[in-house]
Amino acid sequence: MLGQLAIVFPEYWAGIHLPSLVPYVALVGILVFILAIVPGLIWIERVVIAFMQDRSGPNRVGPRGLLQTIADGVKLFFKEDFRPRSVDLRLYYLAPVMAMIPALAGGAVLPLQNLTFRHPDGSLFTVPLMVGNVNIGLLYILAMSGLQVYGVVLAGWSSNNKYSLLGGLRASAQLISYELSMGLALLCGVLMAGSLQLDHVVAMQNQLPFPGAPEILRGSFLSWFWLKTGLIPVIIYTIAMIAETNRAPFDLPEAESELIAGFHTEFSSMKFAMFFMGEYATMLTVSGLNAAMFWGGALPPINIVPFTLIPGFVWFIIKVMFGIFFYVWLRATLPRLRYDALMNLGWKRMLPLGLVWLFVIASVNLALEPGKSDAAPAPLAPGATPRRPMAPPSARLPVPLSTASATSAAKPREDNRTP
Amino acid sequence: MTFEIVLFWILALVSVGASILMVANVNPVRSALFLVLTFLCVAVFYVMLSAQFIAAVQIIVYAGAIMVLFLFVIMLLNLGAPQALRERGTLQPYAAVALALLFILALLGSNSLVTLPHAQVPVDPNLGTVQNIGLKLFAQEQPWLFPFEVTSILLLVAIVGAIVMAKRKV
Repeated sequence: MLGQLAIVFPEYWAGIHLPSLVPYVALVGILVFILAIVPGLIWIERVVIAFMQDRSGPNRVGPRGLLQTIADGVKLFFKEDFRPRSVDLRLYYLAPVMAMIPALAGGAVLPLQNLTFRHPDGSLFTVPLMVGNVNIGLLYILAMSGLQVYGVVLAGWSSNNKYSLLGGLRASAQLISYELSMGLALLCGVLMAGSLQLDHVVAMQNQLPFPGAPEILRGSFLSWFWLKTGLIPVIIYTIAMIAETNRAPFDLPEAESELIAGFHTEFSSMKFAMFFMGEYATMLTVSGLNAAMFWGGALPPINIVPFTLIPGFVWFIIKVMFGIFFYVWLRATLPRLRYDALMNLGWKRMLPLGLVWLFVIASVNLALEPGKSDAAPAPLAPGATPRRPMAPPSARLPVPLSTASATSAAKPREDNRTP
Repeated sequence: MTFEIVLFWILALVSVGASILMVANVNPVRSALFLVLTFLCVAVFYVMLSAQFIAAVQIIVYAGAIMVLFLFVIMLLNLGAPQALRERGTLQPYAAVALALLFILALLGSNSLVTLPHAQVPVDPNLGTVQNIGLKLFAQEQPWLFPFEVTSILLLVAIVGAIVMAKRKV
C-alpha cells in the first residue's frame, strides 16, 4: 500500500536523479504557498468573521472583496515609513525580520506528501515531500517557534513606548507558559509514533485503528493520533498553539482596548505588514504541525475511491485550512481572557492535565505492548526486516542505498522488538 | 571538506565576535541578544559535528527559553537605559584585557594551541540522532539512567525551593 497516490515517478529522468530534487521542490513549494496564501487567509478571516457577526464584510474591491487584501498590501508598500524619534534603531529594524523568518523556517520539516519513485530494477520506494527530512523534525519546529518570540519582545522593547513594552512583556511570559503544555501534548503523539521525524509520525498513523479492524479502515481518520492519544493532547495542543501565535482569545500582547496595538504600535508601512505576515505564517506552520501530528498529515480520511484520488498535499492543505478556520471561529466567538485567567489556564489546568495524560498514555502503551520497554536495544543492522505486521509503508519498501539514510530511521524501533 | 572549513571559520569569527560584543556592550538588551547569537552559532557547530539533537536542545533551552527569561527580567526591571549601568573610572576592563592577554601568552607558551587534536575521521552522520542518544543514556547496560533521573529530581527540588522562597504563604 503506497498511500493514496497512483502516480509513480521514475528515479532517473533524462539522467537527473529525481529523488534528490525533492527537497528543492518542497522548498520552493512551501515558501510560495505560505507567502501567496497569506492575503487569502486575511480575506478568509474577514469573510468568515463577517458571516459569523451577520454583516457584509469586504465587498468593494473585486468580486466579494477578493482584491481588498491586495489593495491593502499596495497601500502598505507606498505608505510613509514613519519612525518615532527615540527608538533603538537596529533592534527596531531587526524586530519585524525576527517575527517573519522563524515562521517561514518552521515549515521546512512539514511532510506534505509521500512521492513514489521507481528504481531502475522495478522496485518502488517513497520519498517524503519535505525540505529537510531531519531526525529531529519536531524539535526543530519547537525551536523555531521558540525563536518566534524575539520578534515580539524586541519590537516591544525597541519602540520606546510603554504600551509596546507591556505587550512585549506579556508575549514573552505567555510564550514561556504555553510552550510547556504544547511540548507535553506533542510528546503524547511522539510516544505513540516512536519518532520525532514527522514523516514517520504520519506513517505510523497509517495503520489499523485497532487489531482486527477491517482493512478499509487502515490509515483512516479513526487511526489518526487525535483519537489514539485520547483527544486530550489535541485539545491541549490546539489551545496552546493559539496562545503561541498571540491570536484571540489569547491576544493580550496586542490587546487594543488596553495597549493601543501592543508591541507593534510604533510600526508602520511594510514593517507592520511583516508582523502581520509573520503571524499568519506562524498560524500556517503550527496548524501544519497539528495536521501532521494529530490529524494524519497527507492521509485521506478514509480509503475509498473519491478520497484516494486526491493527492496527499491537497489533503494536507485542507487540514491546515481547517486549523485556520478554527482560529477565525474562536476569534469570532470568544472574548479575550483576563491576564490572570490566561496564566491560570496555562499553569494550573493544561500543564498538570498534560503531565498526567502523558503518564496515562505511557502506561497504556506499556500495558498493550509489554515487550516495548525491556527489549535489549539491538545494534542497527543494515537491511534488517521489520517483524511487525503493521510496519509503516516507508519501512517495508525496498530502499535503494541513495535514500537509505532518509528512510531507514524507522528501523531501530522495529529492531528493538526482537526478543 | 573545504566547504566545512570555510563554514567553520565564518561561524568561529561570528561566535567569537558576538561573545566579545556581549561582554563589551553596555546595553543589557543588546548583550543578551549577542549571547543569543553566540548560542545559535554553537548550535550550528553541533549540527556540523552531527549532533543534531544537542543542537535542537541548545536552541530550545538556551535561545528559546532561558534567554527569553533573561530578556523578560531586563525589560521588567527596565534596565534598558545604558547610562544607568555604565561604571565609570574602574580598572576592571583594563585588568580583564591584560589578564586575557596573559592567558593567551600562557596558552602559547604551553604549546597547547598548536597541538590541538584535529578530527581526521569523518563523523558518523547518525551519531547525534535521538535514537543513538537515547540508547546511550537509557539502555540497561549503560550506567547513566540513575544519574540522569537524580539530576532531574535535583532540578525539580531547586524549582520548588525557588517558589517556596519567593512566595512565603504557600
